[in-house]
Amino acid sequence: MTRRRSFKVVGHSVPKVDSMSLAVGGPLFCADNLPRGCLFVKMLRSPHAHARILSIDTIKAESLEGVVAVIHHGNVPRVMRTTAGQGAPEPSPYDFTTFDSKVRYIGDRVAAVAAESEAIAEKALQLIRVEYEVLDAVLDPRKAMDKGAPRIHDEPDARAVIPVPYEPERNLAAHVDMQVGDLQQGFDQADVVLDREYVCQYAQHTPIETHCALGEPLASGRIRITTSTQVPFHARRIVAQALQIPVSRVHVVKPRIGGGFGAKQEVLIEDVVALLALRTKRPVYFELSRKEEFSSSRTRHSMVVRIKTGAKKDGSLTAVDLDILSNTGAYGAHALTVACNCGSKVLPLYRWPKIRFSADAVYTNLPVAGAYRGYGATQAAFGMEIHLDEMARALEMDPIDLRLLNHIREGETSPVFAALGEGGEGVEQKIDSIGLERCMSQGAKAIGWKKKRAAGRGPLRRGMGMACLMQGSSVPEVDMGAAFIKMNEDGSFNLMVGATDLGTGSDTVLAQIAAEVLGVGVGKILVRSSDTDVTPFDVGAYASSTTYLSGEAVRKAAADVAAQIRKEAAGMLDVPLRSVRLVDGRAVAKGGESVEFSQVALRTLYGENLRQIAATASHFTKKSPPPFSAHFVEVEVDTETGLVRVIKYVAAVDCGTAINPALAEGQVEGAVLNGISYALCEEFLFDPKGRMRNNTFREYKIFCTRDLPEIQAILVPTYEPTGPFGAKSVSEIGINGPMPAISNAIFEAVGVRMRQAPYTPERVLAALRKK
Amino acid sequence: MDIHTKINGKAVVWKANPGENLLEVLRREGFVSVKRGCGEGDCGACTILVDGDAQRACLLLAGQVEGRELTTVEALGTPDEPHVLQQAFVEHGAIQCGFCTPGMLLSARALLDRNPSPTREEVCEALDGNLCRCTGYVKIVEAVLDAAGRLNK
Repeated sequence: MTRRRSFKVVGHSVPKVDSMSLAVGGPLFCADNLPRGCLFVKMLRSPHAHARILSIDTIKAESLEGVVAVIHHGNVPRVMRTTAGQGAPEPSPYDFTTFDSKVRYIGDRVAAVAAESEAIAEKALQLIRVEYEVLDAVLDPRKAMDKGAPRIHDEPDARAVIPVPYEPERNLAAHVDMQVGDLQQGFDQADVVLDREYVCQYAQHTPIETHCALGEPLASGRIRITTSTQVPFHARRIVAQALQIPVSRVHVVKPRIGGGFGAKQEVLIEDVVALLALRTKRPVYFELSRKEEFSSSRTRHSMVVRIKTGAKKDGSLTAVDLDILSNTGAYGAHALTVACNCGSKVLPLYRWPKIRFSADAVYTNLPVAGAYRGYGATQAAFGMEIHLDEMARALEMDPIDLRLLNHIREGETSPVFAALGEGGEGVEQKIDSIGLERCMSQGAKAIGWKKKRAAGRGPLRRGMGMACLMQGSSVPEVDMGAAFIKMNEDGSFNLMVGATDLGTGSDTVLAQIAAEVLGVGVGKILVRSSDTDVTPFDVGAYASSTTYLSGEAVRKAAADVAAQIRKEAAGMLDVPLRSVRLVDGRAVAKGGESVEFSQVALRTLYGENLRQIAATASHFTKKSPPPFSAHFVEVEVDTETGLVRVIKYVAAVDCGTAINPALAEGQVEGAVLNGISYALCEEFLFDPKGRMRNNTFREYKIFCTRDLPEIQAILVPTYEPTGPFGAKSVSEIGINGPMPAISNAIFEAVGVRMRQAPYTPERVLAALRKK
Repeated sequence: MDIHTKINGKAVVWKANPGENLLEVLRREGFVSVKRGCGEGDCGACTILVDGDAQRACLLLAGQVEGRELTTVEALGTPDEPHVLQQAFVEHGAIQCGFCTPGMLLSARALLDRNPSPTREEVCEALDGNLCRCTGYVKIVEAVLDAAGRLNK
């Protein structure tokens, strides 16, 4: 559905409300406001991939001058839980406790020291004596479920807390499957059947600010945690759970945060600062080093994606069998839901008559996977979109035509929506907005798809590739966001939202939605977000939910406040209520007579009929409307060195109404470059014992300005009837495209099919030599 | 040991331990716009100007800036009177999380001071040591080029 409407604030690229304060270097981040007398934490981490702690001796460390406390499995309560910042009860297994007597990967927690300085804490770590019984480790996910494989979670209290498959005795952290129709019949009807395997790698989000948190004991007996989190309300609940204290004793505040990308959807360090702050009765600050951020925070689930499909000669698809082996590492954070997303955010894009989907998430003694922008859709779309390129070539079709023939249309549904949700069944929905065809046509035009194809002479060869994508907008029938708005006497408004701005600009987008409804500029909306004592609840920044879900809560609260203003103004102007509109900070009647908002507010605060004009609203959705996108890339492959260079990248995206086009473009550009970097160079390298070998930016390369290709983001407007002003999500989808699109472009350039990422010079050269 | 230096135009004397790195001293002295992203000289979040050159504070010992002149983003501009670069970053949407922004701005400032009309390639070269994971750099590069244009008018 496309509906053109003119908006005054929505649809305009107003500057981010926090950008000037960030540009002048304001003290806005967690580390910028450490109180006097603050203690610093360092963590002793496991040198073994799999071992039992036989004894731990902290006497020397504790007697070092400046050391205030040492905590480990012997002196903190054992409470099985998950670090995954999800709604309760969490779909992730309870396989983690603050400190355990067993370590399960190199970098796992052993003990934490709080000391007067980081240097002292660091020194104290070296004085802790730990005796380990080293166990055999599982370092290959393909062997994790083999008979006789070492069991990683043998503790009797590890368990799933929702009714889902969980079999730690064979290292199975999660399993999901679904089927639609008779698969074999589908393959029997096909003229071409392809069966292929695609492998994608471990990667890290690398927010430039690592995980950090400050815990402060308050005189009231409560504890305040200021933390770089995407999920303040889940953090509050999980800290209370870990410490076995009431939620009411915990106050969580999110300041500005230096990027998250899913890594900070994990309650990773808040439990430690809370424990130590309550124990020492002093403020406690913990910030992960960059090495820890790589090895001991969270990563993208590496996966083996097996895809078998059938198609008729005319290009119509007859069946798909998608099989996922996901490596969740030592703990099962997000294991199940990421696996589910491999199906639910990829399969509905095409009209498959017969479908089988199956995913196993297995434990290994390797770094822990978690939420990472794209959340399973990245990995499965990587396989699927290369696979469809292979199918198009087998059918001698243009890859665009194959997709045009088979993609889901407006008004249609997919059986996958109902069959597959967050761990269990999903929610049926039909597509009410889709601009995928326009994404394909505009993207193809921008890159010159039909004009210049496989070209180049000598060692440098050029080629183009494309991919189509979908994601979701929030988790239907699970997620909730809420907002509260009150009016001030100068006609400004406080907007309080639980929603979490992690640099994405959600404070600005939500302010724009409120401003549009209230008939004011963004400057009149004072946003306060993510403070569990002050703002209403919100699940947090994940699952591409904030604009769509929290935005609708804001729109509803603003509509309620607007109605109150109109009613008051109608009385003041003595005109019928229906004739009053809110325009530019005034309530204006049809005849032109008007009052300023400040007059309305002054009257309700100091004049007559005294009350606070205010409203709160929640939003809960039965839909998760997918944004759609088509990506195009031109690459140049150096056949002598194997180096792949991106010449130009075009990402056309249908995100419904872009509430703030510049911010939406920024989401696309950032996601795309992260995806290109992931496709070409990012990967964890392990030694034979399971130790990450490249845990610095020097050895784990991420793209810099010098690597920057031309990137063009195209916003293709549609109107999603269930979203605020027609909006859908935009933040995750863009990261899913580069890995398949670049592989497809490499094939066109040099005729080798890269089915294992990243496409490093070594790998491309090896493939060229095998050709 | 005492360190005598000039920061943002003001002469100061700092106490520092020998071997202490400049980043830690700057943050302790309240210049918290200088960010710690890696502490290993790889990310550029702690970029400051030392006698006008963009340098990473985490790679300098505090003692190395004795007698030198330091600039942090605090001296670049204020919300009421922002530097053209800051204004351009805001207007172009070049700031997402903002953690890399102070370092980016100072690398850009050092570039424009020595080369008022840089090409796109020269901007990319100058900012190459400053990592950003949010923006894909697209709007940052645009903002620097735009600021250069405005400063030349």
